[in-house]
Amino acid sequence: MAGTSIMETLFQRDLDDLIKGIRQQQIKESLFISKAIEEIRREIKSTDLPTKSAALQKLSYLSSLHGADMSFAAFHAVEVMSSPQFFYKKIGYHAVTQSFNDDTPVILLITNQLRKDLNSSNQFEVSLALECLSRIGNVDLARDLTPEVFTLLSSSKVFIKKKAIAVVLRVFEKYPDAVRVCFKRLVENLESSEPVILSAVVGVFCELCLKDPRSYLPLAPEFYKILVDSKNNWLLIKVLKIFAKLATLEPRLAKRVVEPICELMRRTEAKSLLFECIRTVLSSLSEYESAVKLAVVKVREFLVDDDPNLKYLGLQALSIIAPKHLWAVLENKDFVIKSLSDGDYNIKLESLRLLMSMVSESNVAEISRVLINYALKSDPEFCNQILGSILSTCCRNLYEVIVDFDWYASLLGEMVRIPHCQKGEEIEHQIIDIAMRVKDVRPALVHVCRNLLIDPALLGNPFLHRILSAAAWVSGEYVEFSRNPFELMEALLQPRTNLLLPSIRAVYVQSVFKVLIFCAHSYLLHKENISSVNTDNLASEVPESVFARMSCENSDFATSEAPASSEQHDSFNPRNINQSFGDLSIENGGDATVSNGQASTSASLGRNSFTHESIVNLFNIVELALGPLSRSHDVEIQERARNVLGFTDLIEQEILNPVVQGEENLARAETEASRVVKLMCDAFSEELGPVSTSAQDRVPVPDGLLLKENLADLETICGDIQLPLSSSFSLSSTPLGEAVDISRTNLQSKDETEPSHESTSLLAEHRKRHGLYYLASEKSEGASNDYPPANDPMSQDKLNDDAEDLLKLTEQSLAPKKKPNQAKPRPVVLKLDGDEISIAAKKPELKGDLLSGVVQDVLLGNDGVPSSSRSNRSENLSGKSKGKEKLSTDLSLETKENVPGEKMPDHVNTSSRRSKHRSHGKERRQKGQGKDGEEKEDNGQKEKRKSNHHRGKHKAHQRADEPLNVVAQTPVIPDFLL
Amino acid sequence: MGIRFILMVNKQGQTRLAQYYEWLTLEERRALEGEIVRKCLARTEQQCSFVEHRNYKIVYRRYASLFFLVGVDNDENELAILEFIHLLVETMDRHFGNVCELDIMFHLEKAHFMLEEMVMNGCIVETSKSNILSPIQLMEKMS
Repeated sequence: MAGTSIMETLFQRDLDDLIKGIRQQQIKESLFISKAIEEIRREIKSTDLPTKSAALQKLSYLSSLHGADMSFAAFHAVEVMSSPQFFYKKIGYHAVTQSFNDDTPVILLITNQLRKDLNSSNQFEVSLALECLSRIGNVDLARDLTPEVFTLLSSSKVFIKKKAIAVVLRVFEKYPDAVRVCFKRLVENLESSEPVILSAVVGVFCELCLKDPRSYLPLAPEFYKILVDSKNNWLLIKVLKIFAKLATLEPRLAKRVVEPICELMRRTEAKSLLFECIRTVLSSLSEYESAVKLAVVKVREFLVDDDPNLKYLGLQALSIIAPKHLWAVLENKDFVIKSLSDGDYNIKLESLRLLMSMVSESNVAEISRVLINYALKSDPEFCNQILGSILSTCCRNLYEVIVDFDWYASLLGEMVRIPHCQKGEEIEHQIIDIAMRVKDVRPALVHVCRNLLIDPALLGNPFLHRILSAAAWVSGEYVEFSRNPFELMEALLQPRTNLLLPSIRAVYVQSVFKVLIFCAHSYLLHKENISSVNTDNLASEVPESVFARMSCENSDFATSEAPASSEQHDSFNPRNINQSFGDLSIENGGDATVSNGQASTSASLGRNSFTHESIVNLFNIVELALGPLSRSHDVEIQERARNVLGFTDLIEQEILNPVVQGEENLARAETEASRVVKLMCDAFSEELGPVSTSAQDRVPVPDGLLLKENLADLETICGDIQLPLSSSFSLSSTPLGEAVDISRTNLQSKDETEPSHESTSLLAEHRKRHGLYYLASEKSEGASNDYPPANDPMSQDKLNDDAEDLLKLTEQSLAPKKKPNQAKPRPVVLKLDGDEISIAAKKPELKGDLLSGVVQDVLLGNDGVPSSSRSNRSENLSGKSKGKEKLSTDLSLETKENVPGEKMPDHVNTSSRRSKHRSHGKERRQKGQGKDGEEKEDNGQKEKRKSNHHRGKHKAHQRADEPLNVVAQTPVIPDFLL
Repeated sequence: MGIRFILMVNKQGQTRLAQYYEWLTLEERRALEGEIVRKCLARTEQQCSFVEHRNYKIVYRRYASLFFLVGVDNDENELAILEFIHLLVETMDRHFGNVCELDIMFHLEKAHFMLEEMVMNGCIVETSKSNILSPIQLMEKMS
């Protein structure tokens, strides 16, 4: 071993050689590195320290910059770290610091080494150990080394002290009880004259404050002093961050700091400090008009600056203030809008966000329109960003800003037409959502959807398939609003639908079913109508639900009483059970409504003319198109297609062959058919509403149903059944399966050839009739993916034009904030409990932070009960609340008397009150706390006195004071500052 | 936490220094560095130096062929971090004398040492160049 180590030492490559090797790249880098690691694995086992440490150093390098795994060297790192020579120790520490984490097993071994080095007389060794602790310190290390850190906090060497202060943050985070030991010394350093120390300790408090500001309110006077006195910008930025947190909690503190911050804002040259002031004012001091005004002036300076960094930050500052003071944004709106065409994506994004924050009921349409035009011309990424933000802004709080839903439906339709649109999922969701929630929008939405469905070009863009799925569903579900169901049917069956995913195609097939039934029903109704005139037949024989639904919407529920006759009529209907839960409109099918409905239907469907010929044609088209699908490999498509075909088989003969039958036969046969159609029609006309997310919870579990029963015995039960079950399955399915197998090959080829074959003829016919609905024919006939190409990238001046458009627009629409007169009232948007819940769910959770609890204990001078000892927890808590109460009594008294200069009276008061409770407090102390706790309480008290020194004089009272036994309140900042 | 990580990356996207103040696995580090390099290096001089990434911000600055990238929490002051980067570069400049990429490659340990003096636990603790450099100079004298 010794021999090899000498050889290794002599011929070992050091770090420089390694780096040179990597740089020369004579062989591939990864190969070189893996070779080097092999070498290191060998060298690191050496007993010779220089060899070992050189290997470790190389490994650290490779790990840090080339991602090499160094976990295998953990133990070696510990060995090198414990070397007495600083040179090697340093390498060891570096490796440990870089590679250890909570899961490293050997981390247990370094506690003693760290302790030793923390106590070292060499300040660099101490520094290494502190650095290590700050990076990898876990709960155990933090707990075990707290005494050492505590000692170092009062080190005479600034070099050590500042690092010890910085380490405290990690120690507190991992081991909150360390607060009881270290907090006092930490606070003392807030008055250090040494700028380095001050900046370190403020840094620590800044981080602590971000997590839980409330606990540090009592330290406000110290921070205030720094704010007023310090000239160090780094320090001031940190203090401002602290005050940004504290000021929101304590309004009187805000009042106190607002002037110094404004002064800083006026005076400072440093942009970083200026920005911090602006941010603090805008986020936490927004009630102070003059401060906000000053800050907005400064923001404007940022916006007009050439530096993109300042521009970006200026926009960000505006978005902080936008919710509270929209005027600040409006004042700068020209800059905001200009930034929309900035060269920097981040700036564009920021200005888009701001623009969206300006959106209100009155201007949503205009802003959206211009943004859509803008999106048409931007690059795909930003285009989708624009679309995404329009969508999310508009649907916020259940479409709060939307008044005209017809407009919104057409906007959604327009978005789909934007070449880069990739927001399929959101648009799909919103189309269905508004269709279900907003009744009044359905006619317009159906029209929009029809335009989407009828366009074969859209089928070529996979990003839009989900939207088409929604469109197909809406068209089928609300087919009664369709102006031309035949056209819709052809759109749903167009050959290019084979580009869709099976799941979406299944939606198409189902919509076909709905449209078909609607047409058949309308046809029968139409005939019935004619014949009823002839034969004096009563119209009440005909199911009316669809028309009832329509007429109700038309006649504004004018006929909302449900006559008994209709109830009776429904009684033999298998759906009558559902009906009682169903939509009101179904029950509205009284005679009056029937005639009403018929009148309106015949009026609206007059053009469609459900002639015998057209219906026959429709059935033919459906059978032709769905025939192949009934053998689809996708279960959903197959099943649904078969359903439709089964339905057509069932009624086709009766409906379609009137010529061979006599007049009376005809009437009877059609009654049969109409019964079937009515049945289906009823099944589909059930109103579908949005379902609350919490709906399932509200369904009571039936008695006797044990949902959480142990299912362990399921296997034994199933074991009995399984055998016969599987055999019967295989028996029945085998022949079928074979048949499928055999036919599959044929089928597949058929599937492939047939659609294209039939499609050409179908499409040709379709085009002949609806040519104008298609895009130019050379486009749709050209490539298979003939989605319109993206527009040419816009030139800069065009962009600017656009920005100016928007500028003008917003000038008109944003300046007057009054509500425009709405031509029509906002339609009802259906809301559910679930919606409220999801909105309300953003409530901030109460933070039961262990650390803050301890900090409050210490700061407010309570008993030192280790928070980890659960038995004392409740007492501890009550103690805490008492402490708070004590402070708030001070406060209330002082505010009542309203004499800030006078200090004695309230003391007399409070102390006399306290004395009443003193015996109680003593009792508690005797009962609960050990010697340790008492000692720490004294610490806490001293600390308190220290922070109270402005007020002076009342040390004796403070010393004597015992917590009052009153109801808990929120902690309030002591009054000496205010 | 304040500062979460400090990276130095050259124009080709190779990492030259990586200091993390929160634990990430090697895979996470590699993924993060890859994403950041892709996001930041493509940006031009005329664009702003702040990039939002995941749930934090990256403040970066380019000096010759080297990018200095600092990942910070969202409420950190971006301009102060830019000043910090500049301070770091000035400090290295003073120590190495017109610092370049090679200096950092071959003296990575010293670069780390300077960073350790300046930042602890993600907080900036030292902003005076001479204070930062004095321990390094002392140690050099000792060895």
